Amino acid sequence: MSTSAVGAVRDAFERMAAVDAGPTGLNCILWTDEAHALAEAKAVDAGRAPGVLAGVPFVAKDNIATTHLQTTCGSRILEGYVSPYEATVITRLRDAGAVLVGKTNCDEFAMGSSNEFSAWGPVLNPVDRTRVPGGSSGGSAASVAAGIVRIALGSETGGSVRQPASYCGIVGVKPTYGRVSRFGLVAFASSLDQVGVFGATVSDAARSLEVIAGRDVRDATSADCPVEPYHAAATSDLAGVVIGRPREYFPSSLDARMARRCDAALELLRSRGAEVRDVSLPHTDLAIPVYYIIAPAEASSNLARFDGVRYGPRAQADSLREMYEETRTRGFGPEVTRRILLGTYVLSAGYYDAYYKKAQEVRTLIARDFHEVFDSGVHLLFTPTTPTPAFEFGAKSDPYEMYLNDIFTATANLAGVPAISVPIGDIDGLPIGGQLIARHFDEQTMFRGAFALEAARSEAA
Amino acid sequence: MPIGPDDVRHVATLARLSVSESQLPELVAQLNGILAHMDALALVKTTGVIGTEGVGDSAMPLRMDIGPPIPLVHALDVFAPEVRDGFLLVPRLATHESTGDDESLE
Repeated sequence: MSTSAVGAVRDAFERMAAVDAGPTGLNCILWTDEAHALAEAKAVDAGRAPGVLAGVPFVAKDNIATTHLQTTCGSRILEGYVSPYEATVITRLRDAGAVLVGKTNCDEFAMGSSNEFSAWGPVLNPVDRTRVPGGSSGGSAASVAAGIVRIALGSETGGSVRQPASYCGIVGVKPTYGRVSRFGLVAFASSLDQVGVFGATVSDAARSLEVIAGRDVRDATSADCPVEPYHAAATSDLAGVVIGRPREYFPSSLDARMARRCDAALELLRSRGAEVRDVSLPHTDLAIPVYYIIAPAEASSNLARFDGVRYGPRAQADSLREMYEETRTRGFGPEVTRRILLGTYVLSAGYYDAYYKKAQEVRTLIARDFHEVFDSGVHLLFTPTTPTPAFEFGAKSDPYEMYLNDIFTATANLAGVPAISVPIGDIDGLPIGGQLIARHFDEQTMFRGAFALEAARSEAA
Repeated sequence: MPIGPDDVRHVATLARLSVSESQLPELVAQLNGILAHMDALALVKTTGVIGTEGVGDSAMPLRMDIGPPIPLVHALDVFAPEVRDGFLLVPRLATHESTGDDESLE
Protein backbone atom coordinates (compact mmCIF):
# COMPACT_ATOMS: atom_id res chain seq x y z
CA MET A 1 0.00 0.00 0.00
CA SER A 2 1.38 3.42 -0.93
CA THR A 3 2.25 5.83 1.84
CA SER A 4 2.25 8.99 -0.30
CA ALA A 5 -0.86 10.73 -1.62
CA VAL A 6 0.42 10.39 -5.18
CA GLY A 7 1.02 6.67 -4.68
CA ALA A 8 -2.42 6.14 -3.15
CA VAL A 9 -4.11 7.99 -6.00
CA ARG A 10 -2.14 6.01 -8.59
CA ASP A 11 -3.18 2.79 -6.84
CA ALA A 12 -6.84 3.89 -7.01
CA PHE A 13 -6.62 4.58 -10.75
CA GLU A 14 -4.84 1.26 -11.38
CA ARG A 15 -7.56 -0.60 -9.51
CA MET A 16 -10.20 1.40 -11.39
CA ALA A 17 -8.67 0.38 -14.71
CA ALA A 18 -8.58 -3.25 -13.63
CA VAL A 19 -12.17 -3.62 -12.40
CA ASP A 20 -14.30 -0.82 -13.78
CA ALA A 21 -13.59 -0.39 -17.46
CA GLY A 22 -14.76 -2.36 -20.49
CA PRO A 23 -17.89 -4.35 -21.23
CA THR A 24 -17.40 -6.65 -18.23
CA GLY A 25 -16.36 -3.82 -15.92
CA LEU A 26 -18.38 -2.73 -12.90
CA ASN A 27 -19.33 0.65 -14.47
CA CYS A 28 -19.20 2.27 -11.04
CA ILE A 29 -17.11 5.33 -12.03
CA LEU A 30 -18.62 7.84 -14.47
CA TRP A 31 -16.21 10.76 -14.55
CA THR A 32 -12.51 11.02 -13.70
CA ASP A 33 -9.59 13.35 -14.34
CA GLU A 34 -6.42 11.51 -13.40
CA ALA A 35 -4.09 14.44 -14.11
CA HIS A 36 -6.14 16.74 -11.88
CA ALA A 37 -6.29 14.13 -9.08
CA LEU A 38 -2.52 13.57 -9.25
CA ALA A 39 -1.89 17.31 -9.11
CA GLU A 40 -4.07 17.51 -5.98
CA ALA A 41 -2.20 14.54 -4.51
CA LYS A 42 1.15 16.20 -5.20
CA ALA A 43 -0.04 19.30 -3.37
CA VAL A 44 -1.09 17.15 -0.40
CA ASP A 45 2.32 15.46 -0.36
CA ALA A 46 3.87 18.94 -0.42
CA GLY A 47 2.00 19.85 2.75
CA ARG A 48 -1.34 21.26 1.59
CA ALA A 49 -4.19 20.17 3.90
CA PRO A 50 -2.29 17.96 6.35
CA GLY A 51 -5.60 16.74 7.81
CA VAL A 52 -6.82 13.41 9.16
CA LEU A 53 -7.50 12.13 5.65
CA ALA A 54 -4.28 13.41 4.05
CA GLY A 55 -3.63 11.48 0.86
CA VAL A 56 -6.76 9.29 1.09
CA PRO A 57 -8.49 8.88 -2.30
CA PHE A 58 -12.29 9.09 -2.35
CA VAL A 59 -15.16 9.06 -4.82
CA ALA A 60 -18.44 10.96 -4.73
CA LYS A 61 -21.89 10.21 -6.08
CA ASP A 62 -22.76 11.99 -9.30
CA ASN A 63 -25.39 14.17 -7.59
CA ILE A 64 -22.81 16.04 -5.49
CA ALA A 65 -21.47 19.21 -7.10
CA THR A 66 -17.83 19.29 -8.20
CA THR A 67 -16.11 21.98 -10.20
CA HIS A 68 -13.80 19.99 -12.44
CA LEU A 69 -15.89 16.87 -13.08
CA GLN A 70 -19.43 16.63 -14.46
CA THR A 71 -22.43 16.40 -12.14
CA THR A 72 -25.15 14.65 -14.14
CA CYS A 73 -27.12 12.86 -11.41
CA GLY A 74 -27.04 9.84 -13.71
CA SER A 75 -29.35 11.70 -16.10
CA ARG A 76 -29.22 12.79 -19.72
CA ILE A 77 -30.91 16.04 -18.76
CA LEU A 78 -27.65 17.13 -17.10
CA GLU A 79 -25.27 15.59 -19.62
CA GLY A 80 -22.12 17.71 -19.76
CA TYR A 81 -23.09 19.89 -16.78
CA VAL A 82 -20.15 21.07 -14.66
CA SER A 83 -21.11 22.96 -11.51
CA PRO A 84 -19.72 26.47 -11.02
CA TYR A 85 -19.38 25.81 -7.28
CA GLU A 86 -18.35 22.91 -5.08
CA ALA A 87 -20.46 21.06 -2.50
CA THR A 88 -19.46 21.75 1.10
CA VAL A 89 -18.86 18.03 1.73
CA ILE A 90 -16.31 17.91 -1.12
CA THR A 91 -14.57 21.04 0.16
CA ARG A 92 -14.38 19.62 3.69
CA LEU A 93 -12.90 16.31 2.55
CA ARG A 94 -10.37 18.09 0.35
CA ASP A 95 -9.47 20.44 3.21
CA ALA A 96 -8.80 17.34 5.32
CA GLY A 97 -6.36 16.12 2.66
CA ALA A 98 -8.55 13.62 0.83
CA VAL A 99 -8.29 13.50 -2.97
CA LEU A 100 -11.33 13.11 -5.24
CA VAL A 101 -10.60 10.46 -7.88
CA GLY A 102 -14.00 10.03 -9.50
CA LYS A 103 -17.73 10.64 -9.63
CA THR A 104 -19.85 7.55 -9.27
CA ASN A 105 -22.77 6.08 -11.14
CA CYS A 106 -26.21 6.17 -9.52
CA ASP A 107 -29.89 5.77 -10.24
CA GLU A 108 -31.13 8.85 -12.07
CA PHE A 109 -31.59 11.71 -9.58
CA ALA A 110 -31.10 9.13 -6.79
CA MET A 111 -34.44 7.48 -7.58
CA GLY A 112 -34.00 3.74 -7.44
CA SER A 113 -32.92 0.79 -5.35
CA SER A 114 -30.88 -1.19 -7.88
CA ASN A 115 -28.84 1.23 -10.00
CA GLU A 116 -30.76 -0.06 -13.03
CA PHE A 117 -32.16 3.44 -13.62
CA SER A 118 -28.96 5.27 -14.54
CA ALA A 119 -28.81 6.87 -17.99
CA TRP A 120 -25.22 5.60 -18.13
CA GLY A 121 -26.03 1.92 -17.65
CA PRO A 122 -26.23 -0.25 -14.55
CA VAL A 123 -23.47 -0.82 -12.00
CA LEU A 124 -22.58 -4.45 -11.36
CA ASN A 125 -22.22 -5.84 -7.85
CA PRO A 126 -18.51 -6.65 -7.26
CA VAL A 127 -19.46 -9.70 -5.19
CA ASP A 128 -21.61 -11.23 -7.95
CA ARG A 129 -21.79 -9.43 -11.29
CA THR A 130 -25.15 -10.97 -12.16
CA ARG A 131 -26.69 -9.01 -9.30
CA VAL A 132 -27.47 -5.38 -8.58
CA PRO A 133 -25.24 -3.38 -6.21
CA GLY A 134 -28.29 -1.68 -4.70
CA GLY A 135 -29.17 1.93 -5.11
CA SER A 136 -29.33 4.63 -5.59
CA SER A 137 -25.68 5.13 -4.52
CA GLY A 138 -24.65 1.82 -6.12
CA GLY A 139 -21.55 3.19 -7.84
CA SER A 140 -20.12 4.53 -4.59
CA ALA A 141 -20.79 1.26 -2.76
CA ALA A 142 -19.27 -0.83 -5.57
CA SER A 143 -16.17 1.43 -5.66
CA VAL A 144 -15.47 0.68 -1.99
CA ALA A 145 -16.38 -3.01 -2.22
CA ALA A 146 -14.12 -3.43 -5.28
CA GLY A 147 -11.16 -1.86 -3.48
CA ILE A 148 -10.85 1.27 -5.64
CA VAL A 149 -11.19 3.49 -2.56
CA ARG A 150 -11.79 3.02 1.16
CA ILE A 151 -14.24 5.91 1.53
CA ALA A 152 -17.02 7.26 -0.67
CA LEU A 153 -19.82 9.80 -0.52
CA GLY A 154 -23.39 8.88 -1.34
CA SER A 155 -26.76 10.42 -0.63
CA GLU A 156 -29.70 9.10 1.35
CA THR A 157 -33.36 9.85 0.83
CA GLY A 158 -34.92 6.48 1.69
CA GLY A 159 -31.98 4.11 2.17
CA SER A 160 -29.71 4.88 -0.78
CA VAL A 161 -26.50 4.44 1.23
CA ARG A 162 -27.45 1.70 3.70
CA GLN A 163 -29.13 -0.61 1.17
CA PRO A 164 -26.19 -0.71 -1.32
CA ALA A 165 -23.75 -0.98 1.60
CA SER A 166 -25.64 -4.06 2.73
CA TYR A 167 -25.74 -5.57 -0.79
CA CYS A 168 -22.01 -4.96 -1.33
CA GLY A 169 -20.77 -6.04 2.12
CA ILE A 170 -19.44 -2.70 3.37
CA VAL A 171 -20.38 -0.03 5.92
CA GLY A 172 -22.89 2.72 5.07
CA VAL A 173 -24.07 5.65 7.19
CA LYS A 174 -27.09 7.92 7.01
CA PRO A 175 -26.45 10.77 9.45
CA THR A 176 -29.15 12.64 11.37
CA TYR A 177 -31.05 15.06 9.12
CA GLY A 178 -29.20 18.33 9.59
CA ARG A 179 -25.91 16.73 10.65
CA VAL A 180 -24.25 17.25 7.24
CA SER A 181 -24.55 20.20 4.86
CA ARG A 182 -26.67 19.67 1.76
CA PHE A 183 -25.10 22.66 -0.02
CA GLY A 184 -24.14 21.31 -3.45
CA LEU A 185 -26.21 18.13 -3.14
CA VAL A 186 -28.70 18.17 -6.02
CA ALA A 187 -32.10 18.12 -4.32
CA PHE A 188 -34.42 15.14 -4.71
CA ALA A 189 -36.70 15.35 -1.63
CA SER A 190 -35.46 18.19 0.53
CA SER A 191 -37.05 17.13 3.82
CA LEU A 192 -35.44 13.69 3.53
CA ASP A 193 -32.13 14.13 1.64
CA GLN A 194 -28.86 13.82 3.50
CA VAL A 195 -25.29 13.15 2.36
CA GLY A 196 -24.03 9.81 3.68
CA VAL A 197 -20.72 7.99 3.76
CA PHE A 198 -19.47 4.54 2.83
CA GLY A 199 -16.44 2.93 4.42
CA ALA A 200 -14.56 -0.30 4.00
CA THR A 201 -14.68 -0.44 7.81
CA VAL A 202 -16.60 1.31 10.57
CA SER A 203 -13.47 3.35 11.30
CA ASP A 204 -13.28 4.59 7.69
CA ALA A 205 -16.91 5.69 7.84
CA ALA A 206 -16.48 7.32 11.26
CA ARG A 207 -13.44 9.36 10.18
CA SER A 208 -15.18 10.52 7.00
CA LEU A 209 -18.38 11.57 8.73
CA GLU A 210 -16.39 13.42 11.36
CA VAL A 211 -14.82 15.53 8.61
CA ILE A 212 -17.99 16.41 6.67
CA ALA A 213 -20.36 16.90 9.64
CA GLY A 214 -21.21 20.22 11.24
CA ARG A 215 -22.95 23.52 10.65
CA ASP A 216 -22.64 25.19 7.27
CA VAL A 217 -23.88 28.74 6.81
CA ARG A 218 -24.81 27.87 3.23
CA ASP A 219 -27.39 25.26 4.33
CA ALA A 220 -30.14 26.57 6.62
CA THR A 221 -31.10 23.01 7.57
CA SER A 222 -27.62 22.11 8.82
CA ALA A 223 -27.70 22.03 12.60
CA ASP A 224 -25.43 23.87 14.96
CA CYS A 225 -24.68 20.74 16.99
CA PRO A 226 -21.23 19.77 18.26
CA VAL A 227 -19.54 17.02 16.20
CA GLU A 228 -18.03 14.36 18.42
CA PRO A 229 -14.90 12.36 17.55
CA TYR A 230 -16.75 9.36 16.14
CA HIS A 231 -13.57 7.32 15.67
CA ALA A 232 -13.08 7.55 19.45
CA ALA A 233 -16.27 5.51 19.90
CA ALA A 234 -14.22 2.42 19.01
CA THR A 235 -14.85 0.02 21.85
CA SER A 236 -15.66 -3.57 22.44
CA ASP A 237 -17.64 -2.80 25.57
CA LEU A 238 -21.36 -2.08 25.40
CA ALA A 239 -22.07 -2.18 29.14
CA GLY A 240 -25.07 0.01 29.91
CA VAL A 241 -26.26 0.16 26.31
CA VAL A 242 -29.85 -0.96 25.72
CA ILE A 243 -30.61 -2.24 22.22
CA GLY A 244 -34.19 -2.58 21.00
CA ARG A 245 -35.28 -5.33 18.60
CA PRO A 246 -38.38 -3.90 16.91
CA ARG A 247 -40.79 -6.75 16.18
CA GLU A 248 -42.15 -5.05 13.03
CA TYR A 249 -38.73 -5.50 11.36
CA PHE A 250 -38.81 -9.25 11.98
CA PRO A 251 -42.16 -10.30 10.43
CA SER A 252 -42.95 -13.98 10.01
CA SER A 253 -42.47 -13.49 6.26
CA LEU A 254 -38.80 -12.49 6.73
CA ASP A 255 -36.33 -14.96 5.21
CA ALA A 256 -35.46 -17.32 8.08
CA ARG A 257 -31.77 -17.11 7.23
CA MET A 258 -31.89 -13.31 7.49
CA ALA A 259 -33.62 -13.57 10.86
CA ARG A 260 -30.99 -16.05 12.11
CA ARG A 261 -28.06 -13.82 11.01
CA CYS A 262 -29.68 -10.86 12.79
CA ASP A 263 -30.25 -12.85 15.96
CA ALA A 264 -26.61 -14.00 15.84
CA ALA A 265 -25.50 -10.36 15.54
CA LEU A 266 -27.73 -9.42 18.48
CA GLU A 267 -26.15 -12.24 20.48
CA LEU A 268 -22.70 -10.79 19.71
CA LEU A 269 -23.89 -7.36 20.87
CA ARG A 270 -25.26 -8.97 24.03
CA SER A 271 -21.92 -10.71 24.62
CA ARG A 272 -20.30 -7.25 24.68
CA GLY A 273 -22.50 -6.17 27.54
CA ALA A 274 -25.54 -4.74 25.76
CA GLU A 275 -29.03 -5.43 27.05
CA VAL A 276 -31.41 -6.47 24.27
CA ARG A 277 -35.15 -5.74 24.57
CA ASP A 278 -38.10 -6.44 22.32
CA VAL A 279 -39.75 -3.17 21.31
CA SER A 280 -42.45 -2.01 18.92
CA LEU A 281 -42.59 0.69 16.24
CA PRO A 282 -46.25 0.17 15.31
CA HIS A 283 -46.46 2.42 12.23
CA THR A 284 -43.52 0.80 10.40
CA ASP A 285 -45.65 -0.83 7.69
CA LEU A 286 -46.94 2.59 6.64
CA ALA A 287 -43.47 3.92 5.86
CA ILE A 288 -43.44 2.90 2.19
CA PRO A 289 -46.82 4.48 1.32
CA VAL A 290 -45.82 7.64 3.22
CA TYR A 291 -42.36 7.78 1.67
CA TYR A 292 -43.63 7.23 -1.87
CA ILE A 293 -46.05 10.12 -1.51
CA ILE A 294 -43.74 12.63 0.16
CA ALA A 295 -40.56 11.91 -1.83
CA PRO A 296 -42.18 12.10 -5.31
CA ALA A 297 -44.15 15.20 -4.26
CA GLU A 298 -40.96 17.00 -3.25
CA ALA A 299 -39.16 15.64 -6.32
CA SER A 300 -41.83 16.94 -8.68
CA SER A 301 -41.18 20.41 -7.29
CA ASN A 302 -37.36 20.17 -7.08
CA LEU A 303 -36.97 18.78 -10.59
CA ALA A 304 -39.11 21.53 -12.13
CA ARG A 305 -35.88 23.55 -12.43
CA PHE A 306 -34.55 21.20 -15.12
CA ASP A 307 -36.28 22.74 -18.10
CA GLY A 308 -33.51 23.41 -20.61
CA VAL A 309 -33.04 27.02 -19.59
CA ARG A 310 -30.43 26.89 -16.88
CA TYR A 311 -28.86 23.42 -16.93
CA GLY A 312 -27.78 20.84 -19.46
CA PRO A 313 -28.90 20.31 -23.05
CA ARG A 314 -31.86 22.22 -24.54
CA ALA A 315 -34.26 20.77 -27.12
CA GLN A 316 -35.02 22.88 -30.17
CA ALA A 317 -38.66 23.97 -30.33
CA ASP A 318 -40.79 26.82 -31.63
CA SER A 319 -42.31 27.86 -28.32
CA LEU A 320 -41.16 28.06 -24.75
CA ARG A 321 -43.76 25.51 -23.63
CA GLU A 322 -42.72 23.03 -26.32
CA MET A 323 -39.05 23.56 -25.47
CA TYR A 324 -39.72 22.76 -21.79
CA GLU A 325 -41.71 19.63 -22.63
CA GLU A 326 -39.32 18.37 -25.27
CA THR A 327 -36.25 18.94 -23.08
CA ARG A 328 -37.79 17.26 -20.04
CA THR A 329 -39.38 14.37 -21.91
CA ARG A 330 -36.13 13.53 -23.69
CA GLY A 331 -33.97 14.19 -20.65
CA PHE A 332 -35.72 12.22 -17.89
CA GLY A 333 -35.77 8.43 -17.80
CA PRO A 334 -38.79 6.22 -17.01
CA GLU A 335 -38.50 6.06 -13.21
CA VAL A 336 -37.98 9.80 -12.79
CA THR A 337 -40.90 10.49 -15.15
CA ARG A 338 -43.09 8.10 -13.17
CA ARG A 339 -42.20 9.77 -9.87
CA ILE A 340 -42.72 13.30 -11.23
CA LEU A 341 -46.17 12.29 -12.47
CA LEU A 342 -46.98 10.61 -9.16
CA GLY A 343 -45.71 13.60 -7.17
CA THR A 344 -47.60 16.09 -9.30
CA TYR A 345 -50.77 14.01 -8.92
CA VAL A 346 -50.64 13.80 -5.10
CA LEU A 347 -50.08 17.56 -4.91
CA SER A 348 -52.82 18.48 -7.36
CA ALA A 349 -56.16 20.04 -6.45
CA GLY A 350 -58.61 17.50 -5.10
CA TYR A 351 -55.99 14.96 -4.07
CA TYR A 352 -53.64 16.98 -1.86
CA ASP A 353 -55.53 16.30 1.40
CA ALA A 354 -56.10 12.61 0.71
CA TYR A 355 -52.52 11.88 -0.17
CA TYR A 356 -49.91 14.52 0.67
CA LYS A 357 -51.47 16.00 3.83
CA LYS A 358 -52.37 12.55 5.11
CA ALA A 359 -48.84 11.29 4.46
CA GLN A 360 -47.39 14.23 6.40
CA GLU A 361 -49.61 13.34 9.36
CA VAL A 362 -48.69 9.65 9.31
CA ARG A 363 -45.04 10.69 9.04
CA THR A 364 -45.52 12.38 12.41
CA LEU A 365 -46.78 9.08 13.85
CA ILE A 366 -43.74 7.22 12.47
CA ALA A 367 -41.37 9.77 14.01
CA ARG A 368 -43.33 9.59 17.28
CA ASP A 369 -42.75 5.80 17.41
CA PHE A 370 -38.99 6.40 17.45
CA HIS A 371 -39.23 9.15 20.09
CA GLU A 372 -41.30 6.93 22.37
CA VAL A 373 -38.93 3.96 22.10
CA PHE A 374 -35.84 6.09 22.72
CA ASP A 375 -37.60 7.89 25.61
CA SER A 376 -38.27 4.48 27.19
CA GLY A 377 -34.56 4.01 27.84
CA VAL A 378 -33.52 2.31 24.59
CA HIS A 379 -30.25 3.69 23.14
CA LEU A 380 -30.10 1.82 19.82
CA LEU A 381 -32.37 -0.22 17.58
CA PHE A 382 -31.12 -3.23 15.64
CA THR A 383 -32.83 -4.44 12.45
CA PRO A 384 -31.98 -6.09 9.15
CA THR A 385 -30.94 -3.39 6.65
CA THR A 386 -32.82 -5.09 3.82
CA PRO A 387 -35.29 -7.99 3.62
CA THR A 388 -33.04 -9.98 1.25
CA PRO A 389 -29.52 -9.98 -0.21
CA ALA A 390 -28.85 -8.42 -3.64
CA PHE A 391 -31.23 -9.59 -6.35
CA GLU A 392 -30.56 -10.33 -10.02
CA PHE A 393 -30.83 -7.68 -12.72
CA GLY A 394 -34.37 -7.40 -14.05
CA ALA A 395 -35.84 -9.35 -11.14
CA LYS A 396 -38.18 -6.55 -10.04
CA SER A 397 -40.19 -5.15 -12.93
CA ASP A 398 -43.12 -3.89 -10.85
CA PRO A 399 -42.33 -0.40 -9.48
CA TYR A 400 -43.96 -1.00 -6.09
CA GLU A 401 -42.10 -4.29 -5.64
CA MET A 402 -38.88 -2.33 -6.15
CA TYR A 403 -40.01 0.31 -3.65
CA LEU A 404 -40.44 -2.39 -0.98
CA ASN A 405 -36.63 -2.74 -0.88
CA ASP A 406 -36.67 0.40 1.25
CA ILE A 407 -39.04 -1.05 3.83
CA PHE A 408 -36.47 -1.21 6.66
CA THR A 409 -34.56 1.95 5.75
CA ALA A 410 -37.12 4.61 4.81
CA THR A 411 -38.37 4.94 8.40
CA ALA A 412 -35.08 6.49 9.57
CA ASN A 413 -35.29 9.09 6.78
CA LEU A 414 -38.90 9.93 7.62
CA ALA A 415 -38.01 10.34 11.31
CA GLY A 416 -34.67 12.05 10.58
CA VAL A 417 -32.69 9.76 12.90
CA PRO A 418 -29.17 8.44 12.15
CA ALA A 419 -28.58 4.84 11.06
CA ILE A 420 -25.68 2.66 9.97
CA SER A 421 -25.50 -0.61 8.05
CA VAL A 422 -22.75 -3.00 9.12
CA PRO A 423 -21.96 -6.36 7.46
CA ILE A 424 -23.32 -9.27 9.52
CA GLY A 425 -22.60 -12.23 7.26
CA ASP A 426 -23.96 -13.68 4.05
CA ILE A 427 -26.75 -15.76 2.57
CA ASP A 428 -25.53 -18.15 -0.13
CA GLY A 429 -22.34 -16.10 -0.46
CA LEU A 430 -24.17 -12.78 -0.84
CA PRO A 431 -23.46 -10.18 1.85
CA ILE A 432 -26.15 -8.84 4.16
CA GLY A 433 -26.14 -5.96 6.60
CA GLY A 434 -27.54 -5.24 10.03
CA GLN A 435 -28.82 -1.77 10.81
CA LEU A 436 -28.23 0.20 14.02
CA ILE A 437 -30.51 3.23 14.49
CA ALA A 438 -29.91 5.90 17.13
CA ARG A 439 -31.60 8.97 18.56
CA HIS A 440 -31.29 12.32 16.72
CA PHE A 441 -27.67 13.55 16.72
CA ASP A 442 -26.46 10.55 18.73
CA GLU A 443 -24.11 9.25 16.04
CA GLN A 444 -21.58 8.60 18.81
CA THR A 445 -23.66 5.79 20.35
CA MET A 446 -24.51 4.51 16.86
CA PHE A 447 -20.79 4.20 16.07
CA ARG A 448 -20.13 2.65 19.48
CA GLY A 449 -22.55 -0.16 18.64
CA ALA A 450 -21.15 -0.52 15.12
CA PHE A 451 -17.54 -0.71 16.30
CA ALA A 452 -18.46 -3.34 18.90
CA LEU A 453 -20.39 -5.44 16.38
CA GLU A 454 -17.56 -5.27 13.85
CA ALA A 455 -14.98 -6.24 16.48
CA ALA A 456 -17.11 -9.07 17.84
CA ARG A 457 -17.66 -10.52 14.36
CA SER A 458 -13.96 -10.25 13.61
CA GLU A 459 -13.05 -12.12 16.81
CA ALA A 460 -15.72 -14.76 16.24
CA ALA A 461 -14.52 -15.45 12.69
CA MET B 1 -60.42 6.28 -6.86
CA PRO B 2 -58.57 4.88 -9.88
CA ILE B 3 -56.98 7.38 -12.23
CA GLY B 4 -57.56 7.29 -15.96
CA PRO B 5 -55.77 8.40 -19.12
CA ASP B 6 -57.18 11.93 -18.84
CA ASP B 7 -55.75 12.29 -15.33
CA VAL B 8 -52.31 11.25 -16.55
CA ARG B 9 -52.51 13.65 -19.51
CA HIS B 10 -53.53 16.46 -17.13
CA VAL B 11 -50.74 15.72 -14.65
CA ALA B 12 -48.18 15.46 -17.46
CA THR B 13 -49.24 18.90 -18.67
CA LEU B 14 -48.81 20.32 -15.18
CA ALA B 15 -45.37 18.68 -14.97
CA ARG B 16 -44.25 19.97 -18.40
CA LEU B 17 -43.88 16.45 -19.78
CA SER B 18 -45.27 14.89 -22.93
CA VAL B 19 -46.76 11.43 -22.69
CA SER B 20 -47.45 9.64 -25.95
CA GLU B 21 -50.73 7.77 -26.47
CA SER B 22 -48.78 4.52 -26.69
CA GLN B 23 -47.23 5.10 -23.25
CA LEU B 24 -50.52 5.95 -21.57
CA PRO B 25 -51.93 2.47 -20.81
CA GLU B 26 -48.77 1.30 -19.06
CA LEU B 27 -48.41 4.54 -17.09
CA VAL B 28 -52.06 4.44 -16.02
CA ALA B 29 -51.67 0.85 -14.84
CA GLN B 30 -48.41 1.56 -12.99
CA LEU B 31 -49.70 4.67 -11.24
CA ASN B 32 -52.90 2.91 -10.22
CA GLY B 33 -50.83 0.00 -8.94
CA ILE B 34 -48.74 2.34 -6.79
CA LEU B 35 -51.66 4.44 -5.56
CA ALA B 36 -53.61 1.34 -4.51
CA HIS B 37 -50.98 0.77 -1.79
CA MET B 38 -51.41 4.34 -0.58
CA ASP B 39 -55.03 3.66 0.35
CA ALA B 40 -53.77 2.07 3.59
CA LEU B 41 -53.16 5.58 4.88
CA ALA B 42 -56.87 6.44 4.71
CA LEU B 43 -57.50 3.87 7.45
CA VAL B 44 -55.12 5.55 9.91
CA LYS B 45 -56.69 7.89 12.47
CA THR B 46 -54.81 11.18 12.41
CA THR B 47 -57.29 13.47 14.11
CA GLY B 48 -55.31 16.13 15.95
CA VAL B 49 -51.99 15.01 14.46
CA ILE B 50 -49.94 17.83 12.98
CA GLY B 51 -48.17 16.87 9.80
CA THR B 52 -44.39 16.73 9.75
CA GLU B 53 -42.98 19.17 7.25
CA GLY B 54 -39.39 18.76 8.41
CA VAL B 55 -37.72 16.67 11.04
CA GLY B 56 -37.88 18.80 14.15
CA ASP B 57 -37.12 22.29 15.34
CA SER B 58 -33.49 21.55 16.13
CA ALA B 59 -32.75 20.58 12.55
CA MET B 60 -34.84 23.22 10.79
CA PRO B 61 -33.96 26.54 12.41
CA LEU B 62 -35.45 29.69 10.99
CA ARG B 63 -32.89 32.24 9.90
CA MET B 64 -32.72 35.45 7.96
CA ASP B 65 -32.90 34.88 4.22
CA ILE B 66 -29.32 35.97 3.69
CA GLY B 67 -26.03 34.18 3.46
CA PRO B 68 -22.50 34.48 2.22
CA PRO B 69 -21.91 34.70 -1.53
CA ILE B 70 -21.59 31.39 -3.35
CA PRO B 71 -17.92 30.81 -4.17
CA LEU B 72 -18.09 30.42 -7.96
CA VAL B 73 -15.05 29.00 -9.70
CA HIS B 74 -15.47 31.44 -12.58
CA ALA B 75 -16.79 34.99 -12.87
CA LEU B 76 -20.50 35.34 -13.67
CA ASP B 77 -19.93 36.36 -17.28
CA VAL B 78 -18.41 32.96 -18.06
CA PHE B 79 -21.79 31.27 -17.63
CA ALA B 80 -23.84 33.04 -20.31
CA PRO B 81 -23.38 34.43 -23.78
CA GLU B 82 -23.89 37.92 -22.35
CA VAL B 83 -24.43 39.65 -19.02
CA ARG B 84 -26.26 42.96 -18.65
CA ASP B 85 -26.82 44.83 -15.38
CA GLY B 86 -25.99 41.70 -13.43
CA PHE B 87 -28.52 39.56 -15.34
CA LEU B 88 -27.61 36.61 -17.59
CA LEU B 89 -28.93 36.98 -21.14
CA VAL B 90 -30.01 33.73 -22.78
CA PRO B 91 -30.84 32.91 -26.41
CA ARG B 92 -34.14 34.31 -27.69
CA LEU B 93 -36.97 31.92 -28.48
CA ALA B 94 -39.01 32.32 -31.63
CA THR B 95 -42.14 33.24 -29.67
CA HIS B 96 -40.53 36.15 -27.81
CA GLU B 97 -41.64 39.57 -28.90
CA SER B 98 -39.01 41.92 -30.18
CA THR B 99 -37.79 44.51 -27.70
CA GLY B 100 -35.86 46.45 -30.26
CA ASP B 101 -32.64 45.28 -28.63
CA ASP B 102 -30.28 42.58 -29.76
CA GLU B 103 -32.40 40.05 -31.70
CA SER B 104 -30.37 37.04 -30.65
CA LEU B 105 -30.51 37.53 -26.92
CA GLU B 106 -33.11 38.42 -24.35
